[in-house]
Amino acid sequence: MDVARDDVRKLSFEEFSTDQLLDHAALQAKQRHFADFLIVDVDSHHYESESLREVAKYIESPVIRDMMVHQGARAGRSAMINSMVGYQDTGGRVTRHWLRTREKTPPGTERDIVLTKRWMDAMGVDYTCLFPTPMLFLGLHPQAEIEAAMCQAYNRWLCERILTAEPRLVSMLYLPFNDPEAAYRTVKEFGDRKGVVGFMVTSPRYKPVHDNVYMKTYALLEEMGKPLAFHAAYNWNDPSLALTNRFISVHALGFMWFNMVHMTNWVINGLPERFPGLKVVWIESGLTWAYCLMQRLDHSYMMRSSDCPSLKRKPSEYMREMYYSSQPMEVPEDLSILEATFKMIKADTQLLWSSDYPHWDFDLPSVIYDLPFLGEKAKRNILGGNAARLYGLDPKVVKRLPDAPARAAE
Amino acid sequence: MPELFVAKAVDLQDGDRRIVAAGPDREIGVFFKDGAYYAYSNFCVHAGGPACEGLMIRQVVDIVAPDRTYQGQTYGDEVHFVCPWHGYEYELKTGACVGDRRLRLESFAVVCRGDDVFVIV
Repeated sequence: MDVARDDVRKLSFEEFSTDQLLDHAALQAKQRHFADFLIVDVDSHHYESESLREVAKYIESPVIRDMMVHQGARAGRSAMINSMVGYQDTGGRVTRHWLRTREKTPPGTERDIVLTKRWMDAMGVDYTCLFPTPMLFLGLHPQAEIEAAMCQAYNRWLCERILTAEPRLVSMLYLPFNDPEAAYRTVKEFGDRKGVVGFMVTSPRYKPVHDNVYMKTYALLEEMGKPLAFHAAYNWNDPSLALTNRFISVHALGFMWFNMVHMTNWVINGLPERFPGLKVVWIESGLTWAYCLMQRLDHSYMMRSSDCPSLKRKPSEYMREMYYSSQPMEVPEDLSILEATFKMIKADTQLLWSSDYPHWDFDLPSVIYDLPFLGEKAKRNILGGNAARLYGLDPKVVKRLPDAPARAAE
Repeated sequence: MPELFVAKAVDLQDGDRRIVAAGPDREIGVFFKDGAYYAYSNFCVHAGGPACEGLMIRQVVDIVAPDRTYQGQTYGDEVHFVCPWHGYEYELKTGACVGDRRLRLESFAVVCRGDDVFVIV
């Protein structure tokens, strides 16, 4: 017998530990020496719905606040915050989605901070840009007033309770895009707050990004040096996407679709020429959509440049100056295809690694680090250097990798 | 070939599993299901997740009628286990990855000696 009985571990679904679940991630971090360099995750999530009653206290309108608090006390009924049909946990197969409520955290520190730092340390992440989860669909809420109220409350709660308390957590704050004036006020109010590295528009919505009502907000962002991000999600009620009948389908298409529309409008209407200093980030659409859209728009542009006279260069040239988060990174069997995609988007300087943890299709840093066609410098830029420069983060390593395996023996 | 102790046979109920450490960077998941033992590497072929630590669930199949119309879904007889990180599914009897059966987990033999179960590494 080569191993003592203590090294045999029994499985239990009665409790849950992020440290245990991600033990293999910690092993990867150790094997790849992630302790030696900066890793920044530009897209991760928490479940703000679990703090809804706390967030609701920050709502300015006493009427909406009371409605939200009252509704939050009655689980299982129709809600004031819209939701979306979906089953991201694949019928329970992605176990952390339903086991996570059983994870224990010590009193005295915000649970979101504790849980986030656990997975960051396991993966070897120094900083993460934290985003909400159910609020990704808030741009589809029928009441712009509710989006604005909820957004303001969430941003205040996040700044005061999370970002102020933990320097390794930063965020691009939610912009209530359906209310252009509220969006402008949001940048004004929160642009200089601790941990705010930019602002984010949730992509599933039906307001065109080139509408004149947004120009003063873009100008303000440009002036403040704060990047603007479009974070993808799907809308299964969209007439075209409603033709799909499985989550895999609506997810594969939906997470590209809205960003493809917004990117097309952004470029064709010459916004990169109008706001040359505004940095734009496209989040959670993977990479193949950009590879496709660059070629598609360039091809048409040469025949129809009169449709977009503001452009002084091909659409792809503007797109190549924007930033892209990596997850969910499509990895074809033939890696030369991925290599071409990296070249197309100028990955060495424009690609930002992201995990999307704890969502179902998260990526680890090894998805970039293990690519055979990247040199060490490019790997480190994509995993952290590019994001540090974009968001003005200190490039000093601040993480702490776990000392020992988290596995508990039987 | 080294043998690693897994469990007393009497302690393994139908559907039970044990994860056996076979070194600092090596783990093996040992399953007991329908009277048989199966043992596979606990590192998912996808991203290195703990492949043997997720749900065990039967395969999902589409019901297609003789006239080729779709009639819903049901569970088949094939038992899968699912990597909890991202949902990669594996066939319990072979360790083949259901999404691409060219991929499979490294498998190991399991032997019973008296009341004890061992995996051979």
